[in-house]
Amino acid sequence: MLTFTIRRLVLSIPTLLFISLVIFLLLELAPGDPTAAQPLTIPPEVRERLREALGLGEPLHVRFVKWIVQFFWIEPQVLLDHLFGTSFAEGKQRLISWQTRSPIMDIVVQRLPQTLWVVGLSYVVGVLIALPIGILSAYRQYSIFDQIGTFVSMLGFSVPTFFTGVLLIVIFSVHLGWFPSIYDTTLVVNSWDNFMAQLRQMVMPVFVLALFNAAQISRFMRASMLDNLNQDYVRTARAKGLSERVVVLVHVLRNSMIPVVTVIALGVPQVFGGAIITEQVFKVNGIGQLLITAIQANDLPMVQTLTFIFAVLIVLFNLIADVLYGVLDPRIRYD
Amino acid sequence: MTLKTLLLGAAATTVFAPMAMAERGADGHVGIIYWQAPSILNAYLSNGTKDIESASLVSEPMARFDPTGQLVPFLAETVPTVDNGGVSEDLMSITWKLKEGLLWSDGTPVTSADVLFSAEYCMHPEGGCSQFAKFDGIKDIEVLDELTVKVNFEEPKPYPYTAFMGNQSPIIQKAQFENCMGAKAPECTEENFAPIGTGPFVVTDFRPNDVIQMKANPHYRDPDKPAFATLTFKGGGDAMAAGRAVLETGEFDYAWNLQLSPDVLANMADGGKGKLVSAFGTLVERLEMNLTDPSPDLDPDIRATREAPHPFLTDQAVREALSMAIDRDLLVEIGYGQAGRPTCNLVPGPDIYASDNTGCLVQDMEGAKAKLDKAGWVDSNGDGIRDKDGVELSILFQTSTNAVRQDFQALIKQWWSELGVETELRNIDASVFFGGDPGSPDTFQKFYADVEMYANNFDGTDPQAFLANYRCDKEPQPDNQWQGQNINRYCDPEYDALIDELSRTAEIAKRSELAKKLNDMLTKDTFTIVPLVDRGRVSAHANDLGGVRLNTWDSEIWNAADWHRIK
Amino acid sequence: MTEPTPKVIPGSGGATPAGALTDPVPVTPPRSHWRDVWDQFKRHKGALLGGIIFLLIVLAVFIGPFFWSIDATYIDIRARNQGPSLAHPFGTDQLGRDTMARMMAGGQTSVAVGITAMALALVLGSFVGLIAGYFRKLDGPLMRLTDLFLALPLLPLLLVMVMLFRGSLNQAFGPETGIFILIVGAIGITSWMPTARIVRGDVLALKEREFVLAARSIGTTNTKMIIRHILPNVMSPIMVSATLGIANAIITESALSFLGLGFPPDFPTWGRLLFDAVDYLQQYPERVIWPGVAISLTVLSVNYLGDGLRDALDPRIRGR
Repeated sequence: MLTFTIRRLVLSIPTLLFISLVIFLLLELAPGDPTAAQPLTIPPEVRERLREALGLGEPLHVRFVKWIVQFFWIEPQVLLDHLFGTSFAEGKQRLISWQTRSPIMDIVVQRLPQTLWVVGLSYVVGVLIALPIGILSAYRQYSIFDQIGTFVSMLGFSVPTFFTGVLLIVIFSVHLGWFPSIYDTTLVVNSWDNFMAQLRQMVMPVFVLALFNAAQISRFMRASMLDNLNQDYVRTARAKGLSERVVVLVHVLRNSMIPVVTVIALGVPQVFGGAIITEQVFKVNGIGQLLITAIQANDLPMVQTLTFIFAVLIVLFNLIADVLYGVLDPRIRYD
Repeated sequence: MTLKTLLLGAAATTVFAPMAMAERGADGHVGIIYWQAPSILNAYLSNGTKDIESASLVSEPMARFDPTGQLVPFLAETVPTVDNGGVSEDLMSITWKLKEGLLWSDGTPVTSADVLFSAEYCMHPEGGCSQFAKFDGIKDIEVLDELTVKVNFEEPKPYPYTAFMGNQSPIIQKAQFENCMGAKAPECTEENFAPIGTGPFVVTDFRPNDVIQMKANPHYRDPDKPAFATLTFKGGGDAMAAGRAVLETGEFDYAWNLQLSPDVLANMADGGKGKLVSAFGTLVERLEMNLTDPSPDLDPDIRATREAPHPFLTDQAVREALSMAIDRDLLVEIGYGQAGRPTCNLVPGPDIYASDNTGCLVQDMEGAKAKLDKAGWVDSNGDGIRDKDGVELSILFQTSTNAVRQDFQALIKQWWSELGVETELRNIDASVFFGGDPGSPDTFQKFYADVEMYANNFDGTDPQAFLANYRCDKEPQPDNQWQGQNINRYCDPEYDALIDELSRTAEIAKRSELAKKLNDMLTKDTFTIVPLVDRGRVSAHANDLGGVRLNTWDSEIWNAADWHRIK
Repeated sequence: MTEPTPKVIPGSGGATPAGALTDPVPVTPPRSHWRDVWDQFKRHKGALLGGIIFLLIVLAVFIGPFFWSIDATYIDIRARNQGPSLAHPFGTDQLGRDTMARMMAGGQTSVAVGITAMALALVLGSFVGLIAGYFRKLDGPLMRLTDLFLALPLLPLLLVMVMLFRGSLNQAFGPETGIFILIVGAIGITSWMPTARIVRGDVLALKEREFVLAARSIGTTNTKMIIRHILPNVMSPIMVSATLGIANAIITESALSFLGLGFPPDFPTWGRLLFDAVDYLQQYPERVIWPGVAISLTVLSVNYLGDGLRDALDPRIRGR
């Protein structure tokens, strides 16, 4: 398993390089221009100068290599400098966003807290709700609990967050006035009051996203449990006199986890990617909002960098899922 | 919410003076929400309204336009004119004089060196300055003394209020930006995010595309202003949410540009926490008629260029009939309410430039039908669509994605179908439509459609540069990578001659007459451009926020120094 | 299992000599696999109900317009913003278009796009997942391809697709079919990856099971193995993906038309109706309810249908 992991890690480097090239070419091909957001009043000559100042005059491959160097060589040095007070990166050109003319990585770091708080927490909450619901719905298939669970989760998945979010705001911010409708990213939690304020502003976005995530995961959990509950080994385990709890929560659950692990691992990179619509609705201004504004403004270096970070996470978490398969079911071998 | 109350409380306890109104910082905290988030606070490096307007709280120009379009001095002592000798008789130079005793927010004095530097910064060939056009035609700038600069032009400039004027061309501090010239401009993150200015507020924390926090400028020239000690400028979300935060939940004090359906806005205003304000500028929503053939069967080099004239839109009767079939009052009622008014003009303001052209305001369906009949466009094959010589009146009508525009499209399609014209609708994502990417078939410049709808305006109050866009050689075409503003591919030597005349004329009455003539040539004489709605700006502010004077000619929050809390 | 009592009647026919004793001949043919599946399916109340509701929805949106003749794009400006009434049972929108007609027209598109795009994503995902899980040599390349597709930014990808293919598809199939193909293709191509990963994970575990070993030892070919032994055992995650996929496709379609990638703006779809109605949530709440309920009902009914189908296909559950 260890050799498999190492081999896959090594193999992921060319994979990621290839992915970054494809992303780069895709963004190049996509219609749009960094000066698009500018008003129509500015003359074409000025537009052309703007483009050149952004480095768009250089040929494709030069820009790609530049990006690679900046991402893989200069930015790590900046990190080192930041951690150890060294000065490797001094005077070197960092990855610069076209919109803000500032280092991309600084903005990403600035955005991480709210994204992890809101989107990350909602994912954890979603998984924590989904697993018990999925297990219980399967164990008591077609009971009232199962029916309600199915109904709620299907509703949660089929009603889009742009609707549920606004609905919650209208009810809880406008009419009841319990929670703020605008997320305050500058809030520093250093006292009980601030903590409560933070909690209040997180309730609605976390709820909306958790419902959506839980709906999806609980369906897969239920289906997979149902598949396994009728297997021969379950009968054997029961016949051995194992308690029902052990049979279900140890034997069946372990064997049902493979699709669930896959789904959860697929979702984690999206946590870092933020939830574009939910972040927009609640003005959380996390990484999702950063990505969508960058796409709308055709801020190619920003889009490229963010997408590539997601790509790294996708490859990494899919690898983790593959390793977990082997742990959950030792019969799975990759060599 | 709690933060605001907290700060208000803190401010109330520290400044428990009876004359709270007349003291800097006495009114605590104010919150502004823009549904587009500012990315940078340097007006020379961005053209986005969100960036320029947020920067206007910090950096100031020599003079601004007030809500009526008049010039008011800000950093300048007076506005230079020919009468007061500030502008030379031959229109070759303008002399700006700074107010005395101005200080930057770091306490150092503002001098003419800073003014000169601001121009040099933007005119640097490698800087990629977004406001380069403001400095167009400047030969050189002389520093006359500590407080005076003289701008010399290459040729007579009848309208010299471009450089150092308005929110797009503020004065920046030389000491701060000295090392940020040219290619280095984008690297100066710290400077671009927290410029030292002369405005009422100073940046304390800037989070790009998210939120700005500011505090009162301790060195602001009026010792009693601003009334607010701190300011939060939040960005992001959508117009709906911004309006809700001011009008319904009261979390913010000021919301920018609420382009929402009138009944939705009215309902929100019933929330009782704030009120709507609106003002008109030069933004006109209009239909552009394509005079060239956008057919995909044509060779890409000829498609939508003047070499291929449009099969039916070149017929003036068709263009006119299409305009007559439209009920502009209804469009306003559906889409803009109090923030719009029907117009037949491309240049709707300021008043001295607005033509008295009102012929299109009343819908005339029968007249439109008669016009088409007379021109020979009749339904000869019984398919419900008018045709002539085998050419069917079938139109592809495109615009950018926007709820109001899609409603307009649906309405216009219905009117045209009543007229016997078939319409296919298409909407395109705004970032692509306005993107100007020569590789994309969907940009408004390429105009691979018969009719398109969007809004456009001009900077400041003078329409000359705007009208000059419709010269013969200014149309987008393959040779110029589809850049240019003559979207219709309009070409009339007489028009070009009038433009040349306008650029030589200084006298206001004569200029006004010429501008009106040019406007009429494009609209009521040829129906090349079919104006629909003069679009105003609607914003909202909290009931207890005083001093708001909505301005469409400059930054909307141009007078934030005068804002105060109504007790 | 339903009682498979073999109905046996004594043979009596002119072919056999009178009086000769004949072996009882089974008159009913041996019960086919699909018959069993249907019998089981019939007994699944949820599935039956889901099926009926789904049929009703399909009938309402496709047959409904024949009885409700108001054109979905017809604007009656004097009748705008009306609540439910006899003339307009579902009310009218901000331009005075009849909401019921729009729901029907929108349903045609949404149901068609939802089902087709889901089917495409499902077939693609299941195929990649099965092949990758079963053939070790293909696992690496196919999963790296999945990673690549997961990593591609959705919006720019869609914009590129529309730029490259809209013109040619329109010319080849006409505007409406062309755009339908484009949308279904765009949604299918951007949403098959989770299914592929999930199916592959299950297949990896399945192919080490004893019954696969047993089947292989009697010389079952790979194709047969996949179709007869592996596929039926990964049906349940595929069914879940299907129900989730329909909801996803209906919502994504509205996002696409918003980008200008989809149908013309006056062409209603459920997703777009819902999106447009959110702004009017406070004044005219019924406008969000119609499309919201329609989407949820469709997804729920397909979910129960899938549940029933899955149970019916599982021989271990069948007959319990």
